[in-house]
Amino acid sequence: MEIRQITVTVNGEPRLVEVEPRTLCVHMIREVLGLTGTHLGCDTTSCGACTVLLDGVPVKSCTLFGVQTDGHELTTVEGLGWPSELHPVQEGFKEEHGLQCGFCTPGMMLTATALLEDNPNPTEDEIRWAISGNLCRCTGYQNIIKAVQWAARKMETANVS
Amino acid sequence: MYPPRFHYEAPTSVDEVLQLLSMYQGDAKVLSGGMSLIPLMKLRFATPSAIIDVNNVPGLDTLTEDGGWLRVGALVRNRAIVRDAVVGARYPLMASVAPQIADPLVRSRSTLVGSLCHCDPQGDWGAVMLALGGEVVAASLSGERRIPVADFLLGPFQTALRPDEFAIEARVPAPVAEPFGVYHKLERKIGDFATVGVAVSLDRTGSSVRRAGLGLTGVGSTNIKCREAEQVLEQGGIDDRTIGEAARLAAEAARPQTDQRGSAEYKRHLVRTFVVRALESAIGREPLDIRRRRMENVGSLA
Repeated sequence: MEIRQITVTVNGEPRLVEVEPRTLCVHMIREVLGLTGTHLGCDTTSCGACTVLLDGVPVKSCTLFGVQTDGHELTTVEGLGWPSELHPVQEGFKEEHGLQCGFCTPGMMLTATALLEDNPNPTEDEIRWAISGNLCRCTGYQNIIKAVQWAARKMETANVS
Repeated sequence: MYPPRFHYEAPTSVDEVLQLLSMYQGDAKVLSGGMSLIPLMKLRFATPSAIIDVNNVPGLDTLTEDGGWLRVGALVRNRAIVRDAVVGARYPLMASVAPQIADPLVRSRSTLVGSLCHCDPQGDWGAVMLALGGEVVAASLSGERRIPVADFLLGPFQTALRPDEFAIEARVPAPVAEPFGVYHKLERKIGDFATVGVAVSLDRTGSSVRRAGLGLTGVGSTNIKCREAEQVLEQGGIDDRTIGEAARLAAEAARPQTDQRGSAEYKRHLVRTFVVRALESAIGREPLDIRRRRMENVGSLA
């Protein structure tokens, strides 16, 4: 069995990881790195529950091999904030009830974070398009959108002050 | 789902890619975006013994207009095409199709060249590249050759690429006059394959059409180029008669099959409707098309 040793920066910290080339990035994150905040939903590139940021860009980690992250940066939901110091997007999801069952939430929040990084003041339409690759089976989209808008306002205020 | 085991190669130059392809003699697959290849491997429809990951090869992400062509490197992601200023200004058909492909997360990885090489009959880029008269540049140890997309797409998941060749770039001829283009796609939901897609492009001076392009998605064993419909527009310009005639010829060229997305008759009707819609909007008659308006509203989105 072929095992590769790779170096990947995970949530800001360089990690040396041993993976088989066929190991999907999502399995590497959950089982090798032990970060179970990244969820495996459909496993068919449809639902977006496994969304992580690869060099800041949101991707579906079920459709990427772990070895492909060698030399790159991964951000998972664990890298967004802490219970004592939530990321504005996490705070927004809390304040606006942006989650029901919570399964899609890590992916939604990472997609939202990348959107706000790119476009700090998105319209409702732009938010809807940005999250169109992330499915919420609770269909809680209205509050997810409010949560992202809340985060946008919070981040804007933080930048002004 | 776990893909079968494979040997992983991560070359860092084109030359190394070509050496590897030659060495594996058809038993290796090139991995670029992986948005089709990895799902196929997970389903075990594809079981290559080696994967040649080209994502570390520098220079393949070049998207530039050069010498009368728009050159799209093998690693140009759909996300980059959606955001590209030159594409937005001069390649309206490409700018129209790009945000309609899959979903934003898939577009972060997926590539135009990869889509052509995968050659799914429901792939959107095939129809667009047929309409635009694009080419694929294939490199191997014995040199480069340029293959018109019309000769490149052979059938479902079959291309003219040889096992030792690497599709290093796709090219689209630059418009010489006023370009027009639009891609109309019906999909059941974001991220689904097209029920029907119609690509229309025009290169015009005033009312005369220098080049017309018309390509279809999802209504045949591969994307279809409607040469007869293109000729009607090139010879007769655009008016009520030629619009009707081009739409009729495109619908005739379609070879749809009844499936879960709709009946063959329905899909043929959609081809005709989409051609009419595209051409009417080309002459300033804007048909009611809520979806496209919505797309335009968020033109800056990736």
